[in-house]
Amino acid sequence: MRATEAAAEARRVMEICNACRYCEGFCAVFPAMTLKRDFSDADVSYLANLCHGCRGCYYACQYAPPHEWGVNVPATFALLRTDTYAEYAWPPRAAALFQRNGVVVSLALAAAVALVLILAGLANPGGAFTAARPVAPGAFYDVIPLWAMQVVGIASFGFALAAMAMGARNFWRDAGARGAGPVAIGLALWDVLTLRNLGGGGNGCNDNSERFSMRRRWLHHAMFYGFMLCFAATCTGFVYHAFLGWHAPYPLLSAPVVLGTVGGALLLAGTGGMIAMRQVADPAVNPRALLGADLAVLVLLSLSALTGLVLLALRGTGAMGPALAVHLGVILALFVTLPYSRMIHGVYRGLALLRRAAERNMTPTSG
Amino acid sequence: MLDPEKTWDVLVVGGGNAALCAAITARQAGASVLLIEHAPRAMRGGNSRHTRNLRAMHERPTSVLTDSYLEDEYWDDLLRVTGGNTDEHLARMTIRASAGVFGFMQESGVRFQPSLSGTLSLSRTNAFFLGGGKALVNAYYLTAEALGVEIVYDSEVLSLAMDDGAVREATITYRGFPATVRARSVVVASGGFQANLDWMRQHWGDAVDNFVIRGTPYNRGRVLRNLLDQGVAPVGDPTQCHAVALDARAPKFDGGITTRLDSVPFSIVLNRNGERFYDEGEDFWPKRYAIWGRLIAQQPGQIAYSICDQKAVMLFMPSVYPAVRADTLGELAERLGLDPAKVQATVAQYNAAVREGRFDNTKLDDCATEGLTPPKTHWARTIDTPPFVGYPLRPGITFTYLGVRVNERAQVLMDDGKPAANLFASGEIMAGNILGKGYLAGFGMTIGTVFGRIAGQEAARHARN
Repeated sequence: MRATEAAAEARRVMEICNACRYCEGFCAVFPAMTLKRDFSDADVSYLANLCHGCRGCYYACQYAPPHEWGVNVPATFALLRTDTYAEYAWPPRAAALFQRNGVVVSLALAAAVALVLILAGLANPGGAFTAARPVAPGAFYDVIPLWAMQVVGIASFGFALAAMAMGARNFWRDAGARGAGPVAIGLALWDVLTLRNLGGGGNGCNDNSERFSMRRRWLHHAMFYGFMLCFAATCTGFVYHAFLGWHAPYPLLSAPVVLGTVGGALLLAGTGGMIAMRQVADPAVNPRALLGADLAVLVLLSLSALTGLVLLALRGTGAMGPALAVHLGVILALFVTLPYSRMIHGVYRGLALLRRAAERNMTPTSG
Repeated sequence: MLDPEKTWDVLVVGGGNAALCAAITARQAGASVLLIEHAPRAMRGGNSRHTRNLRAMHERPTSVLTDSYLEDEYWDDLLRVTGGNTDEHLARMTIRASAGVFGFMQESGVRFQPSLSGTLSLSRTNAFFLGGGKALVNAYYLTAEALGVEIVYDSEVLSLAMDDGAVREATITYRGFPATVRARSVVVASGGFQANLDWMRQHWGDAVDNFVIRGTPYNRGRVLRNLLDQGVAPVGDPTQCHAVALDARAPKFDGGITTRLDSVPFSIVLNRNGERFYDEGEDFWPKRYAIWGRLIAQQPGQIAYSICDQKAVMLFMPSVYPAVRADTLGELAERLGLDPAKVQATVAQYNAAVREGRFDNTKLDDCATEGLTPPKTHWARTIDTPPFVGYPLRPGITFTYLGVRVNERAQVLMDDGKPAANLFASGEIMAGNILGKGYLAGFGMTIGTVFGRIAGQEAARHARN
């Protein structure tokens, strides 16, 4: 990890926190902090990615602004996390994509949608693009050829997976643990699936005041599990297509459509709630500089759900072609920007939780 | 805006734990309550914002306390630290009531956590607040607001006009403008006077310029002075304060917990002239750190320097400030602003007096000096392994002992021993009734909570009648 300004501020703050330790009960960050007396840049990178941003420690802090020490752990770590995303990005040149990330993600979205629309238009000359098609197997492939979907889908998602794996490797080499056994992996997975640390010792987050609330946790669960259901829908579709020879579009009560619809609705609810919360968030703990990146990824996720549901509604009409193209464009943008948007937080958060789980039995430094 | 025509049932002076417990309790009893906090909202809560636990009696393990801690042991602990400077009746009543505060606290949104790392010795006796005292204060303010307690910040109560043993009205500055408040009952919970440097100067002289005030700058004792001037009976030694040794680089106010330094028993402590002045290894640090504030206050310039070597650095919790380090003692002395020759001579004399023993930081070991004045009676090891480490120390004032005398109903007593008709007290302003001397971790919060509840109840009852 480079010695960035945010890393230096994080070190200053952690040295104050480590002499106080009042927040130990809130989340994994503070017990992890007490294992150290001195904090390297890699250490603060690890701690920043371990932070779930619940803000409990900010509102509880006796040294928060206007105290002259101005301790603000959530904002400091949020800014530092962006530096770490750039630090571990692959290929290394992609680090620049985390500057003005909101613009980057938005442009990627616009470009991807436009690209798919244009290509689909070119592939369907005359009125074919907007022709009404019956909901019959293969109808989608009349609009966009199956091979094109497969090539673009596999290439973009495959690239995203490779880039994220390289980022994960870079993070672990720099800020990971020495080893992590199956128990640690299990514990970390549990933490990821339950968001145990997003909730101030089980009381919830401080959304924008001293008041505790479970809203963020539930909204994140809706997004996460909604996304996973959509992903399951895609996988089921793949199995239907590749192994059973059943071709999309599938009936309303088929597994892929039900999974995708429920997942899409959850994703839409989760992202919508998160966007609304971001509007009223306390600026003290939500750095203005990160607003674009935060909103871009939320909008992208909600559009991927929304366009999917719209496509479902427009099946069999003349609007199905354009709806399909727009939906695939959004999904393409989502895949391509996975490693270069706020979505990447999941990878480093998971690994930070893994390191914490691997170090769970270490004892704090004296006192 | 404050309604100038309104007469409140209960006026609460102060905005820390004791004030909030009183305000919430009085409101729950049906009273209309106005709470006036001197600090701005962001710095509200008095010294409670720097606390982290509450000492509570309990007969069996609870969700937040291990084992048991019974009345007699609690009382013995209090007797030991106060040297008998307490009121047994009030003290035992407080101790017994401490077992019953959790229901109120939890209903008011206060949350608890396992005791913090490094404080395991307190897990049996003290319940730790999740996130510390500011989180507790936040919870109480949320509850008070929800109940309809009127809260004003940035406003100071200047005086309580007393007539014939009753408070007639309060003169305040309401956000910078003069105002008058009328209430049927008044609860004073405005703390001690340790942040009032002019008052402190009367007892300590210009040494106060070198004191650090560990907590809020808003505890100026203005209401305390005003009441004592009107015939309210005082309690506690007016000259005394709880003083500990702190890192000298601490901010003048509000440095809180992070400026403490536990290095003394594993180091030698020199004054400005490079001389030792007290046995650093007399007893375990938690039992001795309160005397070191006074010891340093008596040294020239009210400053001292804790010096140790590499062997000792991992044995104590450092302060928030980086240690001063050097490869030679002479260099270290220079960095600390001390005379290198003198420091080297003092360390050489000390090293020569150290007698071989079996070092053990977990007990009163047999590592001591021989023929040295003053001696170091435990944990004495030669200082010879670079890098050498030093910390400057100053007296840090936690609270003052002077307060108003109260009875078991939290009624403030007048000089003639009779209770004032409508004036009640809770928290630091009356803690001297029970803790007349010394310090017991988490006991201030116990007194504030117990007496806050009583004062709130009694004030509401009086307002109704």
